[in-house]
Amino acid sequence: MLYALKIAIRYLTASKAQTALLVAGVAVGVFIFIFMSALIGGLAEFIVSRTVGDISHITIQAENADPAILISNEGQILAVTERGGIRTATLANVTTWVPLIETVPGVIAVSPQITGAGFLTRGTQTAQVSVTGVEPGQESAILDLAGYIVAGSARLGSGSVVLGQSLADDLSLRLGQTVRLQSSAGVSSVLTISGIFRTGNGMLDDSSLYVSLPTARTLFALPQGVTRIEIKLRDLNAADATALRIRALTGLDATSWTSGAEQLMEALNAQAQTGYFLKTFALITIVIGVASALLLSTYRRRPEIGIMRAMGAGRGFVIFVFVTQGALIGLMGGLTGVILGYLALLPFPPRDAFQSGTLPLDITQGSYGLAITLTVIGAILASILPARSAARVDPVTAIGQ
Amino acid sequence: MSGQTDMALLQVTDLVKTYGTGEAATRVLRGLSLTLEAGEMAALLGPSGSGKSTLLTILGTLMQPTSGTFTMLGQDLLASTDAELTAFRNLHIGFVFQFHNLLPDFTALENVIFPTAVKEGRETAAARARGRDLLTRMGLANRIDFPSTNLSGGQKQRVAVARALMNRPELVLADEPTGNLDRGSAAQVMDLIGQINREERTTFLISTHDEKIAGLCGRQIVVGDGVVTG
Repeated sequence: MLYALKIAIRYLTASKAQTALLVAGVAVGVFIFIFMSALIGGLAEFIVSRTVGDISHITIQAENADPAILISNEGQILAVTERGGIRTATLANVTTWVPLIETVPGVIAVSPQITGAGFLTRGTQTAQVSVTGVEPGQESAILDLAGYIVAGSARLGSGSVVLGQSLADDLSLRLGQTVRLQSSAGVSSVLTISGIFRTGNGMLDDSSLYVSLPTARTLFALPQGVTRIEIKLRDLNAADATALRIRALTGLDATSWTSGAEQLMEALNAQAQTGYFLKTFALITIVIGVASALLLSTYRRRPEIGIMRAMGAGRGFVIFVFVTQGALIGLMGGLTGVILGYLALLPFPPRDAFQSGTLPLDITQGSYGLAITLTVIGAILASILPARSAARVDPVTAIGQ
Repeated sequence: MSGQTDMALLQVTDLVKTYGTGEAATRVLRGLSLTLEAGEMAALLGPSGSGKSTLLTILGTLMQPTSGTFTMLGQDLLASTDAELTAFRNLHIGFVFQFHNLLPDFTALENVIFPTAVKEGRETAAARARGRDLLTRMGLANRIDFPSTNLSGGQKQRVAVARALMNRPELVLADEPTGNLDRGSAAQVMDLIGQINREERTTFLISTHDEKIAGLCGRQIVVGDGVVTG
């Protein structure tokens, strides 16, 4: 079939302008395919990193104990304690679990925390707040607190508090001022504002504050243990599998971020589906373009095909000539499109440096190999119809044309 | 009779070819029978529409008759598949058309060696050497690598003759091979055909209207109204 390959190449080089246009058409389709792959992939990366990047990828919380029941000797239930909306159970053996979880592949940070509700008071003004106690030195392990600081420092010490800017504005608080924090456990403490942050997330900025773990222990009367362990992963897409692994390793109730983000996942899936549709249409355009051009070529070369058949070229030979042309067009167009696509994506910032207001194009998600493979396969499929048409040419009528 | 059949290169009997169906049916061959011996150089004569071209097309295995028998080199060619006929044509039959029908994107040499390259799947050095030799014999030694589109009409027809001879076929079918040439070129082509017929005992069946060309052939077969009349 080496000779059929030679003829295919000869036909392509004999009509240089037509071949160049055809290759350019395929290249544009491949370019769109790559651009869409990079955009959809980058957009998903951007959205996830913006929405999920600053939250715990896996969270472990202690199971609340069943409500206490008072039963009479006759077996009648006399009283049942009401289950509270806030988890009150604690993870007592935190010093055992944390080193174990840190050995799990993909885990980059483990943050034991005490969380709860409280009231922040400054003079006559009071605000309900969400309190998080973290280990000093681990303030930015999950949420990049240091990165969001607009005043002061994220560093937490004994008796210091870091709070959201909206909360500070509501209570007219400034750096260095003292505030009174009363926890839901009824314990009060006077704290000094050591830092103010702004994340852009209203819920955090309006009502969240951070204290050191020892301070939180005092506030919530928890001399040992924590209420939750937050875990950050290198790849947040591996959260489900890693959560299962941690659960199997420790027996704790490890929950992936995806279990509470069905709507986000649905949106990302819908976005991915849109990408698939657009890429499919780009491929269909390539297939139609190649098929129509080769059909035209088949028609134009009918007399030559007739001569070849008369000289002893079999139908298989003729099919191979035209399918090879399709494959070569696909390969050349695919390579050209991939090179152009890659060059076009080069100026955009990498995935780690996506910025708001710019297109989040991820050059690593261009699907270059897939683009070339699908294009060649598509072009081969597109050439089958013209090739079969060429093989059916009647030499007698074709030569007479 | 039996002995004659054994020696025959090809034999057709009661060949009928009808184009179309129903009221539009046109019977072009009406029970034509013909035998060609190996090494013969025969002219096929007859008025337009007498069935000469249809007969050549059937003998070239490019078309199936409506009925009749057709054997060549002992093979029943009406019982063969398309692939078998294609291979048979490649090996045993050469064609020279009135309008040369060269491949336009190929050189003279590439055109000549096409039947061998198709058979072997590649252009071998041996095929190229034979192609050069044939073109030299055709007086085209200085046109070997010329694009076929740059050759004159007579040169193209000589390339076509060389291509027909490339696989050393037993039979060459020529349909008005000089019909489109000036007198000088026509004589040159016929001289070459005669020379090859004598030297290589290749059988030629040449369809022509030209009595002078027919006179150069050892046998004249006259076709009229779909049968051999003389």
